Amino acid sequence: MTSDMLQIISESGKALADDDTDLTEDQLVAMYEAMVRTRALDERMIKLQRQGRIGFYVPSTGEEAAQVGSGMVFESKDWLYPSYRVPGLFLMMGASLDDMVANCYGNEADLCLGRQMPVHYAFGKLNIVSISSPIGTHIIQATGTAMAMRMKQNNALTATYFGDGGTSSNDFHSGLNFAGVDKSPVLFICSNNQWAISVPIEKQTASKTIAAKAEAYGMPGVRADGNDVLAVYQVCKQAADRARAGEGPTLIELMTYRRGPHSSSDDPTRYRGNQADEWMERDPILRFRKYLERRDLWSQASEDALQQREKAAVNEAIKRIEKLPPPTLDTMFTDVYAKVPPHLRAQYEELVENEGTGHEADPDAAFPL
Amino acid sequence: MTEITMVQAVNHALRDEMRADDDVVVLGEDVGVNGGVFRCTADLHAEFGDDRVIDTPLSESGIIGAAIGMALYGLRPVPEIQFSDFIWPAFDQITSELAKMRYRSAGQFTCPMVVRTPYGGGIRGGHYHSQSPEAYFTHTPGLVVVVPSTPYDAKGLLRAAIRSEDPVIFLEPKRIYRAPKGEVPDDDYTVEIGKAAVRREGTDFTITCYGAMMPVAMEACEKAAEKGWQGEVLDLRTLLPLDEEALLASVTKTGRMVVLQEAPRFCGFGSELSAIVAEKAVDVLEAPIKRVAGFDVPFPYTLEHVYMPHADRVMHAIDEVMTY
Ligand SMILES: Cc1ncc(C[n+]2csc(CCOP(=O)(O)OP(=O)(O)O)c2C)c(N)n1
Ligand SMILES: [Mg+2]
Repeated sequence: MTSDMLQIISESGKALADDDTDLTEDQLVAMYEAMVRTRALDERMIKLQRQGRIGFYVPSTGEEAAQVGSGMVFESKDWLYPSYRVPGLFLMMGASLDDMVANCYGNEADLCLGRQMPVHYAFGKLNIVSISSPIGTHIIQATGTAMAMRMKQNNALTATYFGDGGTSSNDFHSGLNFAGVDKSPVLFICSNNQWAISVPIEKQTASKTIAAKAEAYGMPGVRADGNDVLAVYQVCKQAADRARAGEGPTLIELMTYRRGPHSSSDDPTRYRGNQADEWMERDPILRFRKYLERRDLWSQASEDALQQREKAAVNEAIKRIEKLPPPTLDTMFTDVYAKVPPHLRAQYEELVENEGTGHEADPDAAFPL
Repeated sequence: MTEITMVQAVNHALRDEMRADDDVVVLGEDVGVNGGVFRCTADLHAEFGDDRVIDTPLSESGIIGAAIGMALYGLRPVPEIQFSDFIWPAFDQITSELAKMRYRSAGQFTCPMVVRTPYGGGIRGGHYHSQSPEAYFTHTPGLVVVVPSTPYDAKGLLRAAIRSEDPVIFLEPKRIYRAPKGEVPDDDYTVEIGKAAVRREGTDFTITCYGAMMPVAMEACEKAAEKGWQGEVLDLRTLLPLDEEALLASVTKTGRMVVLQEAPRFCGFGSELSAIVAEKAVDVLEAPIKRVAGFDVPFPYTLEHVYMPHADRVMHAIDEVMTY
């Protein structure tokens, strides 16, 4: 039943359903730590934006369980097509804090060389595909990769993340439709945080649930409490097992709430009341902490140490990255094509004639052909 | 050498590249068992099967979006858009995603592929089976835009495009899909992307053209020759990146320029050619540049023959630049 919503941990941290997962105690603790690390990064980065030290940021506050619970099911051969609101997923998959911070500064250490706004990450070595701004375009691309995986029969899968707003996009439709027909191994993970900037879910769709949409594409649709990390893990694990077994795609709806502003450019007081307060009580981190404490896996002492460690780690990364220079001017012209064509070389030369290379230390820096 | 049509040339290029590289896959509407509505993918399904010749659902953004995901993973997709007039649902995928993937990820992700699509008028297809969309794509950094005008070039350029590391928009002039036939070698050859071809040498004026306008330019030059004017026909073949050197060399030699295209004139690709010559070679010009193009109207059905540039209209322009 697509309107059912799986919950495993109650708000007070009690097990509501069978919590006997295949996760070890160490893994449970690691998941908790990943959620705290995500929040520490988000809180620090939004402050940096407020201080004018980075240009833009998108926090994921309140949505950490959706990222961490799902992130537990992937293997290194899998490919991810993320949204801009899953920094915790990247950290889990092995992205370094330095890489994350450098992306937000867009300087020479940025893996994308400052070519996009902050939070539009790409991690080639981790198979985490470059994020673009147009909503929904990546959903069908995830299906395309999954079609290729099905052809190669290598038990790999793709997962793509998008919001409730993303389900209205053209390529939500093409992505699910192609995957349904092809039986591709793909997880469509919708973080239903109930807002698309200022537009509430009721104005996004008349469907009772997002999961219900799966029916029309011939695939299962499942729902979980997105603030319950064990419930998220369970629905994603089942979908991943099905995908690896050649049983095709799944649409997963994770019910959560966007607690903060849409981005650093947004002021939610213009369009919503204090509904967010209600969701503070359902905080995914607090809930999981209570659960771990009940199981004697966590204590105040471990909490204090973790908080201190994660905040310090973010601050150290910022210290290392902030002082680095911007990318040199030649990087404006490279990577447009595999080789720099004559007209771009001419434009670069004209620019250098007028403005220099933008690289004081090495004015003769050779232009990469 | 065999005499074949451009459709056959495209078909053979696909077949040969698929034989040479298991990662080359074809996808689109009706490309499978049916072999494509223009027959460009004929027999491929029988030889390569469902996984490499994929009949997709009817969704252009789906076709290109899925092809991007395949290319990112290492396949070499050759998606077909049945008519270029239906490419617009995929415009977002092409301009926002395909064209920018390498740049925005600083080379961490690339999606080499060839988007094949028949374009242009002359088949009595009305608004939606006749248009020439090249300028929309040449305005997008990151894309390569190729337009063959002979069976030989169609095969050689398509093979080169499939082997290229950049995304290529491959516009096939469907008016000359089936005639004239041309000599095409059976062996493995490619035609270099980014190089124009001089189809006819001349000293008095240059006509730039591509695709189905190449034979029109040739015919107009025959007419001009009757008046004693020797025209040079420069077939651009690749529009982006442009062979600017060949363009400037020809105009420097002749001192007069007629720009021919079937797309609407305003902001058309020919306007860029005019601007380049005006900026870089104005001192060699002995007459103002003259553009011959489609009118700035939606492509008409009944009056198609009037809309399409033909040799007589080109001849008027030649007359003007020669008698200025
Ligand atoms: C095609 C497109 N239209 C509009 C926008 C501007 N925009 C950016 S995010 C957003 C809302 C997205 O909401 P949702 O998909 O629910 O994701 P969330 O931000 O809630 O995580 C909008 C309208 C865009 N980026 N792309
Ligand atoms: Mg949302």
